[in-house]
Amino acid sequence: MDFSTDAYLDMDLLRFLTCGSVDDGKSTLIGRLLYDSKSIFEDQLEAAETASLSRGDQRMDLALLTDGLRAEREQGITIDVAYRYFATPKRKFIIADCPGHVQYTRNMVTGASTANLALILIDARHGVIEQTRRHSFITSLLRIPHLVVCVNKMDLADWSQETYDKIREDFEEFAARFEITDITFIPMSALTGDNVVNRSENMDWYQGPSLLHHLENVHIAGDRDMIDPRFPVQWVVRPQGDEHHDYRGYGGQVASGVFQVGDEVVALPSGMESKIKSIDIGGASQQFASPPQSVSIQLENDIDISRGDMLCRPNNQPTSGQDIDAMVVWMADTPMQVGKKYTIRHTSNEARCIVKNLNYRLDIETLHRVEEAEDLKLNEIGRISIRTTKPLFYDPYRQCRVTGSFIIVDEQTNNTVGAAMIIGETN
Amino acid sequence: MSQIADSQAHYRLTHLKALEAEAIHIMREVAAQFEKPALMFSGGKDSIVMVKLAEKAFRPAKFPFPLLHIDTGHNFPEALAFRDQLVDSIGERLIIHKVQDLIDKGMATEDPGPFPSRNRAQIPTLLDAIETYQFDALFGGARRDEEKARAKERIFSFRDDFGQWDPKNQRPELWNLYNGRSRMGENIRVFPISNWTEMDVWQYIMLEEIEIPDLYFSHEREVVERRGQLVPVGDAPFGPRDGEEVVKRTVRFRTVGDMSCTAATDSPAANLEEIVGEVAAARASERGARMDDKNSEAAMEDRKKEGYF
Repeated sequence: MDFSTDAYLDMDLLRFLTCGSVDDGKSTLIGRLLYDSKSIFEDQLEAAETASLSRGDQRMDLALLTDGLRAEREQGITIDVAYRYFATPKRKFIIADCPGHVQYTRNMVTGASTANLALILIDARHGVIEQTRRHSFITSLLRIPHLVVCVNKMDLADWSQETYDKIREDFEEFAARFEITDITFIPMSALTGDNVVNRSENMDWYQGPSLLHHLENVHIAGDRDMIDPRFPVQWVVRPQGDEHHDYRGYGGQVASGVFQVGDEVVALPSGMESKIKSIDIGGASQQFASPPQSVSIQLENDIDISRGDMLCRPNNQPTSGQDIDAMVVWMADTPMQVGKKYTIRHTSNEARCIVKNLNYRLDIETLHRVEEAEDLKLNEIGRISIRTTKPLFYDPYRQCRVTGSFIIVDEQTNNTVGAAMIIGETN
Repeated sequence: MSQIADSQAHYRLTHLKALEAEAIHIMREVAAQFEKPALMFSGGKDSIVMVKLAEKAFRPAKFPFPLLHIDTGHNFPEALAFRDQLVDSIGERLIIHKVQDLIDKGMATEDPGPFPSRNRAQIPTLLDAIETYQFDALFGGARRDEEKARAKERIFSFRDDFGQWDPKNQRPELWNLYNGRSRMGENIRVFPISNWTEMDVWQYIMLEEIEIPDLYFSHEREVVERRGQLVPVGDAPFGPRDGEEVVKRTVRFRTVGDMSCTAATDSPAANLEEIVGEVAAARASERGARMDDKNSEAAMEDRKKEGYF
């Protein structure tokens, strides 16, 4: 693929997630995307070829291009989230490559948390299976805005339109229960490359784009919330010395909305109001800041603001509260206990909390609510009510992924044990 | 065009600006969550980009951490000169910890054999620096695109008392929330440019007009061919070996590590635009020029487990 230097400096970034197991041909699909977009180097290719041959494989296993850790290569499975990179003249892509089995739900959730798009693989011979439902549910739980259903291995299904249509109908039927706004279906064969990068000649009944074409063109600009300004203060930039004597910048990453010089803002929790005097990145000033920019904001008045505080607009503020309901995915071997105290990290804020109630556990196979559940074990998902030691400034996760999410940290082990998505105030 | 679509186009961020924003966020998070961080500075392009990102995160104030150079004693003289000049111009503190000092104390050894290397000797030197200065977090310029084991490493990567990485027991890392809580003795390595590729680094250098050592640009240099690679020759111990013929070639370096383990590539690329063009057309990965990775398929994974970056 040809790039001009200018094109390089004018590309979008799309982060997407792939979920599936080795059997679905997920690693082969990623290998194919990297290989056909010429993102694989010769020495990496040689290393994969050498490894294939030494294992006695008949041909080079494209999956070997992506399986990173020795244990994974030896066992032919994917254990952890791996990040891959490739670019076309239009976009740079970051792939969060996640294992598909139920015991790796936490890994998939991790990969999903930063993704704008998810690829779900379906083996055309098997159709929609339990794993498909689970992956689709997690995609909707983490509110990934775009979903692509890859009906793979069409070469083994006689390139049959009937098979494809049936899978599509089945998927649409159960996916109606989820809040997924943008779903695209693509019949393909990762092994032969049909409809991955190049349009298939074996399926002339399919008029849609190839996978890569879709990834390059799917509209992602609208994924960012430009309406509700939220700026969690992360770090106060305060130079010592005379030269910048008057500088006091609030460093942080815009969570959502747009901030402009001259805007009236309110600082939480103090409620003090001021106006934006300047916005800069490393001393270079600009007129506005939009998500996900990391900037420093100076205010007209000298008000007391520190890490964990939030800037927003007086007439558009997040909820402030200590009693919060959230969906939580448990990520540790030690189960979540009701009544136990944990530390949470939410935006740039840290607080302690007590888990007051487990409303229900959600069976991710059947989506039934198990109300008699007493704890949450590794990879289990449930709705909890917590009370925090101080107010958090939050939005529902469905409105803002940054101000609507928090992680739960075990105070004994310091491990990250839970990922939570805020529903709202506890009733 | 509707007003909303209009504003979306107006506020569009390119991939480089999105990556920059992520890196600044990570650096500030470390400054806020840790007592004694340091930024690993090698004089290579990735660490130079890190310095630029630190300026974006903390200027007009000083960095809330020093730079740390693990000096192998096998550096290119050009890289050292560049290091000193850069540190001087940004006015930040540089701590130099020397592998030679550890070797003299008998706490580190050079790998023997026909290709002596101080790659492994960096590990005890780094751990000694951490202990001496009580660093609790170290910024590194490693990228996930460099190598398969790195593709699975977290941005906040925990090390135990021995500096070891346990790839199967990593903390989940979600959204842009980083959990830096650690116990005494533990420390973390933080990789703010994890999600950058070699190409992104070059484009960013071009976009921001960042100065880098001349080694990266095409120049005439004396080299020998060794195991199919162009190895730079210099003063002892980097002279030619028996039977090797020194030739002058027009080369540049894609990566700048130790003179003992960095190979040059034939290249006429004399400016950044030409380098970007060359990287785009390249058929060999950047680490392909690092002889330390050639030893086994899982070379990097093994060294990381021992405490390598």
